[in-house]
Amino acid sequence: MGFDQYHEPPEELPAATRTFARLCASLTEEAEAIGWYEQRIAVESDPDALAVMRDAQGEEFKHFSMDLEFLLRRAPAWREIAQGILFQPGDIVEHGEEAEAETFEGDGADGAGGYPAGSLGIGSLKGAQL
Amino acid sequence: MNHLLRSIAPISDDGWKMLDDEARDRLTPALAARKLVDFSGPHGWEYSSTNLGRTASLGSAPCEGVTGLRRRVLPLVEVRADFELAVEELRDADRGADDADLEPLDKAAHQIAVAENIAVFHGWHGALTGIGEASPHDPLPLGPKADNYPRPVAAAVELLLHNGVSGPYGLALGGDQYQQVAQTAEHGGYPLLEHLHKILDGPIVWAPGVSGAVVVSLRGGDFQFESGQDLSIGYTSHDGQAVRLYLEESFSFHVATPEAAVALSA
Repeated sequence: MGFDQYHEPPEELPAATRTFARLCASLTEEAEAIGWYEQRIAVESDPDALAVMRDAQGEEFKHFSMDLEFLLRRAPAWREIAQGILFQPGDIVEHGEEAEAETFEGDGADGAGGYPAGSLGIGSLKGAQL
Repeated sequence: MNHLLRSIAPISDDGWKMLDDEARDRLTPALAARKLVDFSGPHGWEYSSTNLGRTASLGSAPCEGVTGLRRRVLPLVEVRADFELAVEELRDADRGADDADLEPLDKAAHQIAVAENIAVFHGWHGALTGIGEASPHDPLPLGPKADNYPRPVAAAVELLLHNGVSGPYGLALGGDQYQQVAQTAEHGGYPLLEHLHKILDGPIVWAPGVSGAVVVSLRGGDFQFESGQDLSIGYTSHDGQAVRLYLEESFSFHVATPEAAVALSA
């Protein structure tokens, strides 16, 4: 098994960064799979095979979205920019520029774990050390 | 800049970090409800209500041939604790002073934690129904002596089991009761805290603001704390001597399974 998701020596990386890198690698793999299924579906003529591949691609959509949500929860600045771009009607590039400017010229994303700027990031304490 | 207006406060980045760290350190031990109930969110400051999946009838319809229902929702509440810090203390902290007087922040943090605990465990009249008041079980008396607590706690666990509510279970102990438990060793020197933990198979949490104690199931799905804006520090105003800030959160709390908790009266 390779450890290609690490760009720096793994032993020098904190555990949270290693987890983040693993999920980034997983996100990439899911995106690749979505693209592969898209190509296969485009050239397949057997309806049963098409149904199976469409179902499989749906799984990859789910996996990609779960990976993305995990990463956005761990990276407040990424989340804040994504909120300005995803599911917004209109010009994608314009939204991107605006979201980036608002994120880095405003309060900054100083919250923890996907929390908005200013939040103490406490959240659930179930199972926390008492 | 969001509604907390932090960037216009005369506080350096290091100063904000110090205040956030201090607030987090003070809040975390006291936020008992979050250690025992399900938490969802934060959904943001704009988030205003929790879906209950319930409807209420309407007396009329816009026209003949149709009927209508109104959705029932649980509005979020906002809780805010204002405090004021001396500008001079913040400046000294920027110079490296490690003993800045943050007592007003500490008090505000304690008060907002107490408010959250009371709202969840006892309710907030007109706003939220708490665990204790929702429970159909009669409260069990704790008794005056802490070394007798295992008996009512075991009785509460048995009552929950009898009602089909599985464990593990957690115990929220009011400030006075927690202190007594922590200081008590039973006959033979066995720490009371350990004995209670064995009965519950779950945590015993310090719950300032709670009167008596509450035993709750931790199996999940019974008690839902929904956070709009999680606890945050915001800015109000300042002058040459003081900066006025506040701790704030918005949340709702909903009891899905009232029989999954037993109150223990002081």
